[in-house]
Amino acid sequence: MRALFLVLMLALAGGLHAQTAVPTEDDPLTAKREVDLASKLRCLVCQNQSIADSHAGLAVDLRRQIREQIAAGKSDTEIVNFMTDRYGDFVLYEPPFKATTLLLWLGPLLLLGLGAVVVVRVIRRRKQAAPPLSNDERARAAALLGGKESGQ
Amino acid sequence: MKKAAFYLIPLAAFVILAVFLLRGLWLNPREVPSPLIGKAAPVFERPTLNKPGLQFASKEMLGQVWVFNVWASWCTPCRQEHPLWNELAAKKLVPIIGMNYKDDAGAARKWLTDLGDPYTLTIVDGDGRLGIDYGVYGVPETFIIDKQGLIRHKHIGPVTPEAMEKKIVPLVRELQKS
Repeated sequence: MRALFLVLMLALAGGLHAQTAVPTEDDPLTAKREVDLASKLRCLVCQNQSIADSHAGLAVDLRRQIREQIAAGKSDTEIVNFMTDRYGDFVLYEPPFKATTLLLWLGPLLLLGLGAVVVVRVIRRRKQAAPPLSNDERARAAALLGGKESGQ
Repeated sequence: MKKAAFYLIPLAAFVILAVFLLRGLWLNPREVPSPLIGKAAPVFERPTLNKPGLQFASKEMLGQVWVFNVWASWCTPCRQEHPLWNELAAKKLVPIIGMNYKDDAGAARKWLTDLGDPYTLTIVDGDGRLGIDYGVYGVPETFIIDKQGLIRHKHIGPVTPEAMEKKIVPLVRELQKS
């Protein structure tokens, strides 16, 4: 009984110990944050890949940087700022909303609005361009359609 | 007449778009403007390549204009620009500090012995952390730093004779006067 207890204690202690000594990259939450952040950032060496996808030396270094900063308790915003301070907004796949990117963000809406205005104007003009038929015209149309006015 | 103008709108839109796309063809996507221009150069204190026991601190350069060139012996374009640094060093115009980026110290020293050493001194950035602080993403890169310690210019990729004559040397001279 006592031996069993001892074995149990040892097993438990081992379990506890393993939990505290897990390296950062094995902690699923940290790993997920690292991957999430890394996939938002462009690798400048191979510009069409994110830092998460790339095997370039710089991407590896920047992932290490992200991991260390997470371990140091930095917030996501702080880590992203660290990157943009050094590499500019270009590292972000999603450009920030600010004065210089206003046209980029609002351009499509602007074009949509412009298109809507044009469509409305064209429709209005068409309505005006087709005045109601006179009785004579109506009769002629009916004749052409084979006398079936109900077809209208 | 009014109707003709109306139908010309898509053509005009196409021409504008084409001009922008055509312009895009001549832009270099590798040249990412550095947010560090006009800002203080990141401060460092690093061992030097030739005397590993000796630390060099960036603040020692305050009060003079200097060129900071990031290089590595594994970097082929660095070999291409190296003669230009040798030429500039021979002019004794400006101190050139090297940053040996993620390199093997032995290979780096051999490179300087073989190709000539234009650097006043070279500091070692073995793990690339200082490179990250300087926003380095492709070696070689070159920074021009003014008397106040502000980064005034960044050249990405190997320096060409034109860039050296038309940008780097004139800018160094201008900054030295101020």
